[in-house]
Amino acid sequence: MPGADELDIDHVAALARLALTPEEKSNFSRQLGGVLQHIEQLRKVDVTGVEPTAHAFPVVNVWADDVARPGLTTAAALRNAPAQRQNLVVVPKVVE
Amino acid sequence: MNYEAVIGLEVHVQIKTRSKMFTRVASGYGHEPNTLTDPVVLALPGVLPVMNKAALDAVIKAGLMLGCEIAPVCKWDRKQYFYPDSPKNYQISQYDQPICLGGAVEIELPGSARNVMGEHKSIPLTRIHLEEDVGKLNHGATDSLIDFNRAGTPLMEIVSEPALRSADEAFAYLTALRAIMVQGGISDCDMEKGQLRCDANISIRPVGQTTLGTKVELKNLNSISFVRDGIAHEIKRQMAVLARGGTIVQETRDYDGQTGASQSLRSKEMAHDYRYFPDPDLMPVQVDQAWKERLRAGCPELPFDRQRRYFTDFQLPYTLTSVLVWDRALAEYFEAAACAAGNDKAQAVGNWIVNDLLRELGQAGLALADSKVRPEQLAELVRLVDTGVLLTGAAKEVFVEMFATGEAPAAVARRRGLEAAPTDAGALEQWCREAIAGNDKARAEFKSGKDSAINAFKGPVMKAAKGKADPKAVDATLRRLLAGD
Repeated sequence: MPGADELDIDHVAALARLALTPEEKSNFSRQLGGVLQHIEQLRKVDVTGVEPTAHAFPVVNVWADDVARPGLTTAAALRNAPAQRQNLVVVPKVVE
Repeated sequence: MNYEAVIGLEVHVQIKTRSKMFTRVASGYGHEPNTLTDPVVLALPGVLPVMNKAALDAVIKAGLMLGCEIAPVCKWDRKQYFYPDSPKNYQISQYDQPICLGGAVEIELPGSARNVMGEHKSIPLTRIHLEEDVGKLNHGATDSLIDFNRAGTPLMEIVSEPALRSADEAFAYLTALRAIMVQGGISDCDMEKGQLRCDANISIRPVGQTTLGTKVELKNLNSISFVRDGIAHEIKRQMAVLARGGTIVQETRDYDGQTGASQSLRSKEMAHDYRYFPDPDLMPVQVDQAWKERLRAGCPELPFDRQRRYFTDFQLPYTLTSVLVWDRALAEYFEAAACAAGNDKAQAVGNWIVNDLLRELGQAGLALADSKVRPEQLAELVRLVDTGVLLTGAAKEVFVEMFATGEAPAAVARRRGLEAAPTDAGALEQWCREAIAGNDKARAEFKSGKDSAINAFKGPVMKAAKGKADPKAVDATLRRLLAGD
């Protein structure tokens, strides 16, 4: 993880598909830098012997049986689509 | 300079489940567009994914069949990227804790001839992880169209080590892997339906060099033959680049199986930066011994293990085994019939299946499951031939009838009067005398030393016997009569 001073706001913006103005860039750099500083602080805690986990509770194997049930109608599924044709979602062309 | 190719394959296999990986809407192929979606598939706000137990069972079973180590604990990660086929803008996958580690696929390279077994190799696997499939994009002239039916289908990615050395090895690897997945009931692996997809990483290096050359990724290889052709083409292309003093550029190329040409895909994404992190919505999977053993009990024998057993248990020739073992239902049918007939008649049983049963099934356009001839009936037919009740020609007729009606062979033989004539030496001798008397030319030729002239008498004898005379008895009788003539 990069330190607060290594934050590349252009790279982060590009990954998030955001076009930022110079003001926004400096604003977000400062805000995100603050988050990273907080992480830096957490890094100083001695976690020797603590098992890494992504969850607070030791719960495993939460699943459901493979039983299919009805989903959305096509009309409902397409209701949020920016555009549609022949029951397909239309988006700007993504390959050359 | 001599170069060798280094190839690693990433194979995606869709798991055959009723519902999707993280939600219970139905999964399937060939449905009307956007009819297999729900709020989880479309990533509507507030939804939570729930794992499909059957998909976990399937990937563990696949791992056990391929000799992988099953991770005692594994977790889920989000792989983040923007692409319209992925409505969440991330794919749930497994990054640093895949469910299966290691393992191998045994392959057979082409032999020197069709009836000669080729060299076997073991191709090591890196890992198998479970993830969800994305939607299907169709690119039009001015826009792209999305069908989300496929999105969220359970998908496993089987990653090989860069251990393959030729297009033929890649072909053999996919053939073996596909058979194992199909026989294990993991997937139907129909490449035309996208149930098995393959990307190949290919590089070349001077023979003897241990470091890897610059790799090129070949995508969109949608049949096993295209994989072989595409890899062969790419190896040639890279050698030609180096031969004229160029350098290989790391890139992704698209191989067109129809034209046999490849082209570079211009990558819109800069360097891949997927920012994987553990999915907070999904808890880890813990696999204990009991779960593994339960699944192991349901794993079928692997094709090459079955083949080795057929060599030792049944003394089957390679050509028969190489047809039988690639189709689990066919192999099980064979074993049932061979058991009923006795191991010493297994080869005859195998011949009937490979030559006659498959031919009739093919002509009728039927699957083995539709065959009216049950394994024990086939065993009975073999027994009737073995004991001389039916001669080969008559048995073939009986078989065709059995295939059409499902009747027992003895019943068909009786009804059609095809049982071999009990050795009525008197009648046979009479037919032979008549045949000799009716062909003076052949008789003279035989007398003057032309042995093959005897065959001219056999047709009329068999005709008189309505095909039921034992050819050996006919030959012996003719020789006896001609000698005493």
